[in-house]
Amino acid sequence: MAKVLVVTSGKGGVGKTTSTAALGAALASQGKNVVVVDFDVGLRNLDLVMGAERRVVYDLINVVQGDAKLAQALIRDKRCETLHLLPASQTRDKDNLTQEGVAKVMDELREKFDWVICDSPAGIERGATLAMRHADAAIIVTNPEVSSVRDSDRIIGLLDSKTLKAEAGERMDKHLLLTRYDPIRAERGDMLKVDDVLEILSIPLLGIVPESQDVLRASNLGSPVTLCEPQSAPARAYFDAARRLEGAELPVVIPSERKGFLGKLFGRRAA
Amino acid sequence: MNLFSMFSRRSSAPVARERLQVLLAHERAVIGNSDLVAVLREEILAVIAKHVPVEREKVRVKMDRGDQVSLLEVDIELPEMPQKAQKVA
Ligand SMILES: Nc1ncnc2c1ncn2[C@@H]1O[C@H](COP(=O)(O)OP(=O)(O)O)[C@@H](O)[C@H]1O
Ligand SMILES: [Mg+2]
Repeated sequence: MAKVLVVTSGKGGVGKTTSTAALGAALASQGKNVVVVDFDVGLRNLDLVMGAERRVVYDLINVVQGDAKLAQALIRDKRCETLHLLPASQTRDKDNLTQEGVAKVMDELREKFDWVICDSPAGIERGATLAMRHADAAIIVTNPEVSSVRDSDRIIGLLDSKTLKAEAGERMDKHLLLTRYDPIRAERGDMLKVDDVLEILSIPLLGIVPESQDVLRASNLGSPVTLCEPQSAPARAYFDAARRLEGAELPVVIPSERKGFLGKLFGRRAA
Repeated sequence: MNLFSMFSRRSSAPVARERLQVLLAHERAVIGNSDLVAVLREEILAVIAKHVPVEREKVRVKMDRGDQVSLLEVDIELPEMPQKAQKVA
């Protein structure tokens, strides 16, 4: 039974695309059949972060419009053979993404894959609501910072009203992924605490990803951080998050500034 | 408490937390409101319709938000009806 995830946030630049690639690669390296879908039409980036930018022939809009078969547009990862990418269009108008067209593609993806992970564009407009529409569960990517938390709150409201699940009166599963967490700023008291963000948004925690050079390095090299630097602190946070998505109950650790050492156990049940 | 924190200014995270809590409580209410009015309207309509026939357009629900209190205005126009039903209304 396929599971459709949307990676969303409201605010831009918080780590949605990075997280989509890293979680997709983590799930795929555990042998799951995974597709990551770029919904950021016009500003596609997932292909770059995955290192597949030169292999894009057809995109989501081509498939939606029937100009290409799904199989023609899917790009299989060179490093991990169960990982696939469905790229977004760089040039076409996003109005070409019709609701019925997207529904058809999502149905087809559900049949082919174990995990369908949709990378949402920023904002709360049509692109973002289309990306979340078919989701079974949502990953809300949030930075410990006021505007990001506020936008996440808006997105949570949309997830509870504008999705197929919400319209059917069902509950949308929501997971908080706290990214770009800076232990030094946290220690200084100049960054919202994990507990504060959890209390304000009141959704369960999927993981805490530290701010890290390894993420920048990975995206420079065009490889998800979980493939490129699997031993790094951010990669381990993503691997743990992926295992939680698969139902494992692991305690969430707060990354500490001590190198290669994980900080104190976070005494809260994980998502 | 270390030397650094003794000389540094007050930490800003608690302020951020306070501001967010106040702001989001307000925003949730405002955004939730448009839905709330629609839901109230439907449910009020259903309750009235159980006792008297009523036209949909004759039920108006309005929400006025103020600083201290908000006012919910419900305006229902009932058709001509026999004495007994009027008492219910
Ligand atoms: N944990 C992290 N540490 C350092 N940089 C990060 C981290 N997560 C994301 N970034 C960087 O932040 C920028 C925005 O990330 P991206 O995933 O594109 O965000 P979004 O898709 O939400 O707009 C990128 O330059 C990315 O490399
Ligand atoms: Mg992005």
